[in-house]
Amino acid sequence: MIVADRKPIEEIIAEIKEHEKILILGCNECVTVCEAGGKKEVGVLASALRMYFLNQGRDVKLDEITLERQCDHEYLEEIRDVIDQYDAVVSLACGVGVQFMAEKYHTMPVYPGVNTCFLGVTEKRGLWTERCQACGQCILARTGGICPVSRCAKRILNGPCGGSTQGSCEINKEISCAWQLIIDRLKALDRLDDYEQIDPIKDWSTDRAGGPRKVEREDVQQ
Amino acid sequence: MRLQYPSDINIILVPCTGKVDVLHILHAFEKGADGVYAVGCMEGDCHYNSGNLRARKRVEQAQSILETIGIGGERAQMYNLSSSEGPRFAQIAAEMDEKIRNLGPNPIKLAKKKAA
Repeated sequence: MIVADRKPIEEIIAEIKEHEKILILGCNECVTVCEAGGKKEVGVLASALRMYFLNQGRDVKLDEITLERQCDHEYLEEIRDVIDQYDAVVSLACGVGVQFMAEKYHTMPVYPGVNTCFLGVTEKRGLWTERCQACGQCILARTGGICPVSRCAKRILNGPCGGSTQGSCEINKEISCAWQLIIDRLKALDRLDDYEQIDPIKDWSTDRAGGPRKVEREDVQQ
Repeated sequence: MRLQYPSDINIILVPCTGKVDVLHILHAFEKGADGVYAVGCMEGDCHYNSGNLRARKRVEQAQSILETIGIGGERAQMYNLSSSEGPRFAQIAAEMDEKIRNLGPNPIKLAKKKAA
């Protein structure tokens, strides 16, 4: 899932303080799971902002809506009839949702309520860690299901660098060396011979190096 | 044990303080409460293992939000005591009552009155 983290309330206040009618728009998908932008976080932010503006002697209308998703036309269409009641939207979706919202409602100011961080997993409640950088050319088949692109600080593809010490990365002892994990996993799978094969130079044009990307499938298009 | 405690404290019963959410605390302040405190079991004695520990974290979260928006984090507190400590319950109530009286009324209540 896409992992996001809450923005400090002060930062959100600084962005929206000129507005009078604000919609706090949550998303029921990834940001709900990582407890950054779901219905509950929408409620907390809206309540805090209502009290802040009241305390400032300002009558600001602050409403709460949480959509199923903000990255699909049909769900964003659900607010079409009410959007004119507001002069700004704080979207608690990931950066994708914020942008899609801005594209769809072209004249409506949209502010992000979260910082979008990475594609990752919930290791335990309150701890999310990165697993994928969406490089567009998955090599997990060769690396025992552990990704050196997202989990190695240098994104190197053929074994650990000299900074790998006792299973840890040189940038931080708390971070496991991705290549140590890969070697351990290949050993467990009895596929250590795969480690001896040198990977060809990776085609990074499918990563961000090639500019904004798209996936187009005519077979499912209408 | 006919213990006295301040009469302006409104007790809301929950099955466990683990049920208390940040949102409940914030909504109480939004509705005009001058202070909110959660009274949970002693740490380590939660029937549901970690309900009171979660409540403490949520109270701390609420405190941080209240501080940021200018209401004052001290208005939300967490206390722990066992169910047999009636006198301690009354003492906490008096303590909280005094603390809130010293802080004065919830500014939201005053702002609402002004706006009306």
